[in-house]
Amino acid sequence: MVAALLQLSLVLLALSITGCMYRLLKGPSASDRIAALDTIGILLLSMIAVLGMLLHTTVYFDIILVIGIVSFIGTVALARYIERGMVMEDE
Amino acid sequence: MNSSFGLLAAVLVLLGALLSLFSAYGLIRLPDVYLRSHAATKSATLGVLFILTGAFLYFSLVEGVVSVKLLLGIVFVFLTGPVAGHLNARAAYRTGVKLWERSSQDDLKQALQQEREAAKDNGGQPKILKEDPLP
Repeated sequence: MVAALLQLSLVLLALSITGCMYRLLKGPSASDRIAALDTIGILLLSMIAVLGMLLHTTVYFDIILVIGIVSFIGTVALARYIERGMVMEDE
Repeated sequence: MNSSFGLLAAVLVLLGALLSLFSAYGLIRLPDVYLRSHAATKSATLGVLFILTGAFLYFSLVEGVVSVKLLLGIVFVFLTGPVAGHLNARAAYRTGVKLWERSSQDDLKQALQQEREAAKDNGGQPKILKEDPLP
C-alpha cells in the first residue's frame, strides 16, 4: 500500500517535470525558462527523497542538499545575468 | 502502529506530488511571467515541503533513523524558494517583460521611472542613499 502510493507520487512528479520542460523549451522570455528550470530542480530533489523512501536507504540525502544549493545559486546567477549583463560585479 | 505511520507519510508525499502537479499545470496555462511565477514559486515550494516532511516522518517513525540532512534540506528549500522567485520576477520586470494585456494595475512602473530619472540626474549612476555604512 505504502509502496504503491509512493510509486504513484513518483509518476505524478515525473508528469510535473514534463510540464515544466514544456515551459522551459517554449517560454517566450528568459525569465520563464529560469522559473521552469528552478521548478525542475526542486521537483528533482523531491523525487530523490521519494526514491530514498522506496529503497529504504538514507544515502541519497546528500544529493538533496547538493541539488538544492546548486539550483538556488544557478537561479540567482541567471537572474542577475539577465538583469545586469554580468554575474559578478568587478570592482 | 508502524504501518499506520508509514501510511501517513505516504499520504503526505502524495499530497505534495499533487501540489507539484498543480504547479506544473499553472506553469503551462497561466498567461504571464508574473502570474506563472506564483505557480512556480508558491505551490512547488509547498509541495516539496510536504514531500520532505513526509520523508522525514517516514524515516524517523518507521525506519528509526532521524535524518538531520533532511531537516536541513527542508529549512533550505523553505528559505531559498521565495527568494529565487522574487529575484527572477524582479529581473523580468527590469528587463521589460510585458504584463498580460488584461492586467489592471502596475504600481511599479511609476516608481521605476522616478528611480531612472534620479539616476539620470546623478550622472548615470544609481542614487546612493547612504554613505558606506562601515566606519
